[in-house]
Amino acid sequence: MLDPKPAPSAPQDPPDQPPVIPHVSLFTIFKIFFPIGALGFGGGLVGWLYRDIVEKRKWLRDDEFLSMVTLGQVLPGINMANFSIYVGQKLRGIPGAAVALTSLLLVPFFFVIGLAAIYTELQAYILVQHFLAGMAVAAVGLMMSVMVKSGKRTMRKVTPAVIVIGIVFTVGFLRWPMVPVVLVAAPISVAIAWFTRERAHA
Amino acid sequence: MRDEDILLTLFLVFLPLSFMSLGGGASIVAPVHQEAVEVHQWMTNRQFIDYFALSRAAPGPGAMVFTLVGWAAAGWWGALIATLTIFVPTSIVTYMVAGAWNRYRGTAVHTALERGLAPIALGLITAGAVVILDTSDTGPLGWAIAVGATAILVWRSLYPLWILGAGGCVYLLGMMLLS
Repeated sequence: MLDPKPAPSAPQDPPDQPPVIPHVSLFTIFKIFFPIGALGFGGGLVGWLYRDIVEKRKWLRDDEFLSMVTLGQVLPGINMANFSIYVGQKLRGIPGAAVALTSLLLVPFFFVIGLAAIYTELQAYILVQHFLAGMAVAAVGLMMSVMVKSGKRTMRKVTPAVIVIGIVFTVGFLRWPMVPVVLVAAPISVAIAWFTRERAHA
Repeated sequence: MRDEDILLTLFLVFLPLSFMSLGGGASIVAPVHQEAVEVHQWMTNRQFIDYFALSRAAPGPGAMVFTLVGWAAAGWWGALIATLTIFVPTSIVTYMVAGAWNRYRGTAVHTALERGLAPIALGLITAGAVVILDTSDTGPLGWAIAVGATAILVWRSLYPLWILGAGGCVYLLGMMLLS
């Protein structure tokens, strides 16, 4: 999770409009997002996108890119999909967005269904069951390693740590429904963050 | 249940959950598990756990496990509906918000939202991890593998498929030795 920058008190104007982006073919959009989806194991995709889309092709400004990344942490939804639709829309409107998202998900969609079809044939074998169960818990490890690395800052203060533990306990162990818990906890957490914000020193 | 009913149900289940997925698909694993296994019984608990594992072995976002929920519920059309419902509406909202967000970047409101929502996302994703571990029925060995994998990956970045394969092998060996 990114460090928030020290807060000025007023919203910033976006920089002057950059030169018009030349017309990009839908096929080019496909060429960008298809490999990301096809090869997208684990993390690191954000850096790849940055090098390609911001540095090399200049389809996004730095500030736009940063906004999309931080929005991904604040808004619900799948970050990479949000990215693809944003870039696609910016380049070629709705067709661009549709092509971007479809290209991104093409390989994952068919690959994962392919795995499920193979699994259906093999699921009766106890060895396969055990192997997949081990894979599932290892996948939990994958997920949690990212959380540990990015969550260290969050867990340093008492209030966020209490909120995290509370949610893990209620939603994870007690199996309370997630929606009411979030609807209560999120506004409280944001309000506390607001009232404990660092004021700029005079 | 007729096919169209299932497709509509998939849409109505995934649409609100997609808007609650603070921190990405992982944060709604727990409620999706409940809907798929307990409420609508599209799959057994075992199958959900296995689909979760498969979705992490496949390329693409971890949210592809929801594609498989749709697949189990209603084949190709179910997979398509589930996928589109999870990905598209929130992306549209994000696009709409992005312009205004860019203007307010760096302001105190922005920072408060980030700091305030971070523990929510962290808590939800960890809760999902707990649900997976609990319902996977893998006992202490499962927890040990999960904790071990976490520790190894925090210490050193490894190619995910190795970790998944290693976890599978360790658990398989463990079960063979214990039985």
